Amino acid sequence: MAGLAASFGSGAMTNSINEIKDAACILVIGSDTTSGHPVIALEIKKAVRNGGKLIVANPREIELCRYADIWLRHLPGSDVALLMGMMKIIADEELADLNFVSECCDNFDAFKKSLDNFDLDFVEKVTGVPRDTIIEAARLYATCKPATTIYAMGITQHSHGTDNVLATANLAMLTGNMGKPSTGVNPLRGQNNVQGACDMGALPNVYTGYQRVDNPDLQKKFEVAWREDLSPTPGLTLTEMLDAACDGKIKAMYIMGENPILSDADANHTEKALKNLEFLIVQDFFLNETAQMADVVLPAVSFAEKDGTFTNTERRIQRVRKAIDPIGNSKPDWWIICQLAKKMGAQNFDFENPSEVMEEIAKLTPSYGGVDYERLEECGLQWPCPTKDHPGTPILHVGRFVCGLGKFTPLQYKPPAEIPDKEYPLILTTGRSLYHYHTGTMTRKVAGLNALDPEGLVEINPWDASALKIKNGNTVKVISRRGEVTAKAKVTEKMPKNVVFMTFHFAESAVNLLTNPVLDPVAKIPELKVCAVKIEGVKQK
Amino acid sequence: MTEFTLTINGQKASATEEMTVFEAAATAGIYIPNLCAHPNLPPSGECGLCLVKIEGQSEYAISCTTKTARDMVVHTDTPELRQKQRSALEKILSEHPNACLTCWRKERCKPFDVCLRNVKVTERCVTCPKNGRCDLQKVADFLDIGELTIPYTYRNLPVNQDNPFFDLDYNLCIACGQCIRACHYLRGMETIDFIKLNGFRVAGPVKDNHKNSGCKFCGACIDVCPTGALMERPGKWLGLPRHSVITTCPYCGVGCQLSLEVNDGKIVRSVPVLENSVNQGQACVKGRFGIAEFVHHPERLTNPLIRKGGKLIDASWDETLALVAEALWNYQGDQFAFIASAKCTNEENYLAQKFTRTVMQTNNIDHCARL
Repeated sequence: MAGLAASFGSGAMTNSINEIKDAACILVIGSDTTSGHPVIALEIKKAVRNGGKLIVANPREIELCRYADIWLRHLPGSDVALLMGMMKIIADEELADLNFVSECCDNFDAFKKSLDNFDLDFVEKVTGVPRDTIIEAARLYATCKPATTIYAMGITQHSHGTDNVLATANLAMLTGNMGKPSTGVNPLRGQNNVQGACDMGALPNVYTGYQRVDNPDLQKKFEVAWREDLSPTPGLTLTEMLDAACDGKIKAMYIMGENPILSDADANHTEKALKNLEFLIVQDFFLNETAQMADVVLPAVSFAEKDGTFTNTERRIQRVRKAIDPIGNSKPDWWIICQLAKKMGAQNFDFENPSEVMEEIAKLTPSYGGVDYERLEECGLQWPCPTKDHPGTPILHVGRFVCGLGKFTPLQYKPPAEIPDKEYPLILTTGRSLYHYHTGTMTRKVAGLNALDPEGLVEINPWDASALKIKNGNTVKVISRRGEVTAKAKVTEKMPKNVVFMTFHFAESAVNLLTNPVLDPVAKIPELKVCAVKIEGVKQK
Repeated sequence: MTEFTLTINGQKASATEEMTVFEAAATAGIYIPNLCAHPNLPPSGECGLCLVKIEGQSEYAISCTTKTARDMVVHTDTPELRQKQRSALEKILSEHPNACLTCWRKERCKPFDVCLRNVKVTERCVTCPKNGRCDLQKVADFLDIGELTIPYTYRNLPVNQDNPFFDLDYNLCIACGQCIRACHYLRGMETIDFIKLNGFRVAGPVKDNHKNSGCKFCGACIDVCPTGALMERPGKWLGLPRHSVITTCPYCGVGCQLSLEVNDGKIVRSVPVLENSVNQGQACVKGRFGIAEFVHHPERLTNPLIRKGGKLIDASWDETLALVAEALWNYQGDQFAFIASAKCTNEENYLAQKFTRTVMQTNNIDHCARL
């Protein structure tokens, strides 16, 4: 999200889900939408049925390729080259929306100069996409308006993920596709409330609504509201916390509703970090892999047993409503934190219900200023919603950008941190299955979902498979510099040559034992989408 | 779009050129019996029930495919129309068990009561999973269908149970095509179509089973089925839910609105909500079939656990909270870190960062947004 914030002043989906169907052109990059966000994929299919053009950029032959006018099968990690290459064509062929660029954007000249590094020979070589296809896609995106870009973790989970995001922002500005219906740059958030967790300041450097902790005025505001002294020093990011735990600098950790052993890059490192802690609290509704290492486990309820709100990928704050009573002695997370804070002598945790918490959030958070439970009753509200009479904001940056002028960013191509070599000749990329969710804590408990998708498979191209003498269904070992896992091979032409694919839902073939924890320097996201591996057949008994 | 008025059953109704007579009547609160209309699907005219009389036209019109016009005069409830609709329905009922629809006792019997009319078990209302929420029943009641003249013979077709989530009882299929249209139009898939089984025209998977036909198990076909032909297997025999609660799906970032149907403290079904701009009546396999089982899973944690002698042992909340509070006093400042969650609510994440920043005196809070 750091990338979008740098370009536009706000790091969220710029437009709304129900606008997608009216787009004249859609670029889907780094998102297997039918698996990761199936209901948004329906809107994309609607757009195609309404005559809209669809460009899919993905190394894998995902289901949406069937509906696409153009499929750009670029190599994992070559997104910047692909997008900048398209933009060079748009600029060279004078298809850019120069009115929009001169009125609403900044830094265009420096950006335009950086396009010189992306001549088609270079782009073709780096991405592996034929030049004519790139030209065709560029022309289509620049001429069919309104056009919108949709991306997901395939863009962000790279060592240069921020550059990838900046490239999509550049493309939207260059073609004038901002601040209007069915345009914009639209990141699809992976988990149900990633957007809300960020909005609420579950981040080391900001309070709610992205108010910086190192801004003395904001620090003062929160100190007054919370009646406590606060630290102006930004805290550690999740990956840095784990490093600090390994070094003994972090001694106690409280983990709520997460399973970092399965979800973080380099599982061995995560396990080592957690083992090194003096005190680990895990709050969850199952005894997941992380909870099994805890000193104390606090049983939380599921979403069905509590009230609250989630904020979805289009910034819509929606109600979560209690349907059943808590199972056993489990309690809502909000209740547990309040009780613990009160036990520790804190004064400001006297909340009877989540609605009261939202009142406090609204007071302290400009973008949530007009939010209360009564207003959410109907169909939620999209932030920014600063006042009680504000209707919410379906489209961001209408008329002008949140930060004034949209900022073009000159970019360079950077290869993934780990590229295939003689020893590890294949690229491993990761993704989701339709039938499972994240680390499988919930979906692996559902018999029907397990029946349809019982185990993690390694998808491999038939050419690579035959070179390695691997047949469909064979058990293979996937080995990277960090670890190895075994899984069955699925030989499929959906994979390009030299690239293999695994999902990250399965503890028994935990792909994050293999992935590279190298971070994007700005967003601190690990490079889960590209690492170098080798594959060996396992002798059948 | 110009607005104009027309007359339906002597009542003035407003409409635009885009609207069908069926929609104009629905907007005016007038019910026209039908078995294949759906707000998110283009009209098909397949069931042939929604006939109306338009003055100046000699033929009866199918209202869901007839556009409105200025000053049009429409009748939906003349005796001749009702007779036509009854005949159309009788034809449909000759292909579907109908004792469940025409019995005068059906209001009185409870699920699984002994049938007093000696109806075959395959035709009883009390043994149909859709009893009480069946569109066919609703239409039969509205048209006041009595004893039927066309005889019905049970088809004796197998019930398709080729997947983990739903049953397809071909004996109850009235070939209205709703499920096929939902699959095509709402989901962009071509998993099901009309097929022939023992000479009967029914809707079913195009290949040997749903999975091989490309089914993604979204359940859209179930929601539009007017009869008991397509039913979720869990909760199939539980009848009408005691209550239902609308909430937000806990899976991906789309935030689909789901209605959780609850019986005796247990979630029995989750059904996507039609009236909202996020998912408009659609969900995916996870939101549809992946909720009740994990919520009610036997491995759910039901008590706080404290590690004693290397093992996690059940404890009370009081003991556990006291222990945690005591321990955390030793780690105030930057030796503490909180990992919050993209699965928890806004309020919980807010409290987590407030707790970390005020009580624990550090900004070491993050969650896995980055992943």
